[in-house]
Amino acid sequence: MGELLDALLRCLLVLGAFLTLPLLVGQMEHKAMAHMQSRVGPMAAGGFHGWAQLVADGIKFVQKESITPVAADRRVFELAPAVALVPYLVAMLAIPLGPFFGQGNLIGQDLDLGLFFVLAAMSVGVLGTLMGGLGSGNKYSYIGGMRVAAQLMSYELPMVLAAASVAMAAGTLSLIGIADAWEPWWLLAQLPGLIVFFVAGLAELQRPPFDAPLADAELVMGPLTEYGGMRFAMFLLAEYAGIVVLAGLTTVLFLGGWAGPWSDHLGWAWTLLKIAGVSFLVIWARVAYPRLREDQVNALAWKVLVPLALAQVTLTTVLVVW
Amino acid sequence: MAYFGRGLLQGLRVTLRNLTRRSVTAHYPDVEPDLPPRSRGVIALQEENCTSCMLCARECPSWCITIDSHKEVIPAATEGGRDRSQNVLDQFDIDYSICMYCSICIEVCPFDALHWSPEFAYAEGDLKDLTHDMNRLRTWMDTVPPPQALDAGAEQGKELDAYERSREADQ
Repeated sequence: MGELLDALLRCLLVLGAFLTLPLLVGQMEHKAMAHMQSRVGPMAAGGFHGWAQLVADGIKFVQKESITPVAADRRVFELAPAVALVPYLVAMLAIPLGPFFGQGNLIGQDLDLGLFFVLAAMSVGVLGTLMGGLGSGNKYSYIGGMRVAAQLMSYELPMVLAAASVAMAAGTLSLIGIADAWEPWWLLAQLPGLIVFFVAGLAELQRPPFDAPLADAELVMGPLTEYGGMRFAMFLLAEYAGIVVLAGLTTVLFLGGWAGPWSDHLGWAWTLLKIAGVSFLVIWARVAYPRLREDQVNALAWKVLVPLALAQVTLTTVLVVW
Repeated sequence: MAYFGRGLLQGLRVTLRNLTRRSVTAHYPDVEPDLPPRSRGVIALQEENCTSCMLCARECPSWCITIDSHKEVIPAATEGGRDRSQNVLDQFDIDYSICMYCSICIEVCPFDALHWSPEFAYAEGDLKDLTHDMNRLRTWMDTVPPPQALDAGAEQGKELDAYERSREADQ
């Protein structure tokens, strides 16, 4: 009975984090991006500096009609938003937040194969956009879907290689194990891996500057062109949940997770702080850089990131064996 | 100095610098905007200056000015003198639903009867109400600000020069 309650509580906590953290990142994007462009962003909704803007957006999305185009592959089209969103919820289940006031590690479920599990879930998430692209019965969506496929193929490899490098250094695939084994000098030794992982993660989420599949100037909205209302909102939520998952993974793998003063008690706060920091970097990259052209996207993956990741794996191997 | 990744760092630097500075947004409905004197908000009519010469109505590219007037005879002031006549405005309408704010009427007016006022909040629920008649155009005169001060060392204009010269000659 106590075990069941424990599992239920953990699931509820993960669900709560899944419903609030992406919104916080979204609000941060609204405001940080606005100020980086010398604007103020939303100011009216909720009264104080537009804090309720995303709630208002959500209410607006709920009210909208749910339209399925005649030419669309109905079941694929309707399933796609769920396929995009749910994997990130599943991934969050396995990302540890660290010690919670000496009460053990705050995590949905500690898996021995945690890293493997989370990376697999993240890849499934991208399939949702791909399904939307191929199932919409729209040429813009189709081209966007093709771009998603190309991007997925290109960036999966460097991302997994960079993650493998850390797993090798730590000697475990458990996310808690990796974060526990982390040492500050890894920041230097794993720096190329960190950069490759972060950049590849951005590309996997199709965030600017890697949003060639969405490219509103060329493809309307890419795979999301035909979506509206709640389904579109689910894709948006998936994007921000993806940012949280990517930031969480980067934190746990490369930034030592809960490493910091009083980590026995405040480890979870350290992790959340680092996640917020990495999310800010994701937003910053969006504001600072223009979109990469489609050929540049793939060239970056194969000519820069893959060699860099392979070099990182080699370096880690030498360090581990030595 | 050129080195690899300079542009990438520059992008980050510019955006971060903006983030730390105050934004330039004007909080319009909450704070009234501070507009310069020659802002093209609404056209005001100084009725007494108007001679009904119709220049503005004819030059208007969108034909939004309607003028109607009649002649009045002013009896001669002295015995055996000639009677004078002057035009008196009956109607002076500007239809702001088709006005394109090009400022040609104001520039073409020989007697400074038309002026720009920075007032801009005169939206209406009905298109017809956007036609401002003589009386309404007259009320906008109250909102016309004094012209901007001249730059240091600038010429003040031929008319004022001539006026000052005539004053000196009188003395």
